[in-house]
Amino acid sequence: MTEALQTHYKINPASNETGYKSYEAGSFKFTRDEYFVSIVWPKGAHTMAADGFMRAMMRTVAWGFFYGTLSYDPVFGTTNHYGIVDMFAGTYHPVFKENGRDHLEKFKAEDLLELFRDLVDDWTNEGYDPFAAPGEDDAGQPWGRKNGNNADAVTRIRVTANRMVGLPGDAEIRTDANGFPQNRMFADVSSDQPLVEAEPGFEDEVAAFNLYDYLSRSDVTWNPSVCSVVKESLFCPTSEEFILPVEHGNDRCEWFVQLSDEITWEVKDKNTGKPRSRIVMRAGDVACMPADIRHQGYSPKRSMLLVWENASPRIPDMIQSGEAPVVAVQF
Amino acid sequence: MSEYKTVFGGLNDFTPGGVDAIDDNPKNYVFSNVFDVASRSAPYERVAVGKNLEYVIEVLRAEGQSPWYACAHDEFALCMDGEVEIHLVKPDDADVLVDPDSEGAVVLDEVPDGRKMGRIVLRRGHQALLPGGAAYRFEAGAPAVILTQTIQGPATVERWAEICQSESRPAA
Repeated sequence: MTEALQTHYKINPASNETGYKSYEAGSFKFTRDEYFVSIVWPKGAHTMAADGFMRAMMRTVAWGFFYGTLSYDPVFGTTNHYGIVDMFAGTYHPVFKENGRDHLEKFKAEDLLELFRDLVDDWTNEGYDPFAAPGEDDAGQPWGRKNGNNADAVTRIRVTANRMVGLPGDAEIRTDANGFPQNRMFADVSSDQPLVEAEPGFEDEVAAFNLYDYLSRSDVTWNPSVCSVVKESLFCPTSEEFILPVEHGNDRCEWFVQLSDEITWEVKDKNTGKPRSRIVMRAGDVACMPADIRHQGYSPKRSMLLVWENASPRIPDMIQSGEAPVVAVQF
Repeated sequence: MSEYKTVFGGLNDFTPGGVDAIDDNPKNYVFSNVFDVASRSAPYERVAVGKNLEYVIEVLRAEGQSPWYACAHDEFALCMDGEVEIHLVKPDDADVLVDPDSEGAVVLDEVPDGRKMGRIVLRRGHQALLPGGAAYRFEAGAPAVILTQTIQGPATVERWAEICQSESRPAA
């Protein structure tokens, strides 16, 4: 592990052969070809299929490294320390670790994010949407030589309501008119709106919206968006289809409420990747992911998942010190 | 090919999944089901099904008329089954009714004096703001299910051992 903050960032010119630029951050080097992404570090190298890598990198950028660890696969990933980010290879893989082939470097989060934004833009071809599930008609294909880009898809802004979606001045509800038709798998979801009768003077406070309709019109998958806020308690519902592109390693307890359909979660030990549990969540199920695991979800049909986060920046330190529990509730 | 069918579940129609612990304690996941909890609750018990330090998610079985509640901070109510009416009042002296520094919903002993703010009718999937400093009451003609986003307070009921999965159970 290198403790010093890395300051080397380099974007190399496009390859004459593939048309893609290559990237350097610290001593990590990233290149892609028609099918694969290669990651090289001083003690090793790693290859991933371009589709899985791009879906994971898209979330890394959109989420600003999110909470905790985003493992693209058992070898490569990032850990967010909120301002500082670890980029690692093999650090949480027992065999890499035991044989001294692991590597970790630290970066200023915003600087690394800037490089990754450029990478996502360059490595996304025309028509390919890394936010989409591969079965969607407009998902496109990640393969092939460099062929245009898809800036509209990769620069979507993650919705973060200040109080609640639909309130005056807050995040807008989604409609056909503002460009959010219902997804093909949610065509049966009712678009009826709640009855709201506000007395004069209370129009800004007497408010409601159809959350399920809102989710049925989401044009992204595995991208929790803040829809309502109670201090640091964030309701972040999201629509899920296919596979969560990363194994998410928690640095705090994270709750799920399955609002519709079904997701299977494979849960592993955060540090070793050793299997711990398999959880099937169906409509109405509630479960908490403890702070010492990594999890990856599989949603065979597009489903609605309420991700509930406590956004307090103090929690990782509280967990380290034992002040906050690894498991949310003891009973 | 058939159309896609979205499954939401309901008070009389739920099939929970479960935790299949491979090398783990299933209790770590605090696994429950909203509809199962509501089916076994008294009307308007505010049963915690999620807890993250001071914050909670509560499940309420809405049936008939609830007591009046007040809360110093915003809360939210998501209707997960049935139909629920919400009546909102701006109390004449909200700070006397509820300590402005307090957390969680408080049950009021009587109908609060104040200005009528409005009325909301929620059906499945609808979410309402319960604004901080307001008083509110739920009403449901038939059993319905509400999920709240709030902070643990005097009205929150915890009975985790009764509602959560304790043994490893592969989903059927």
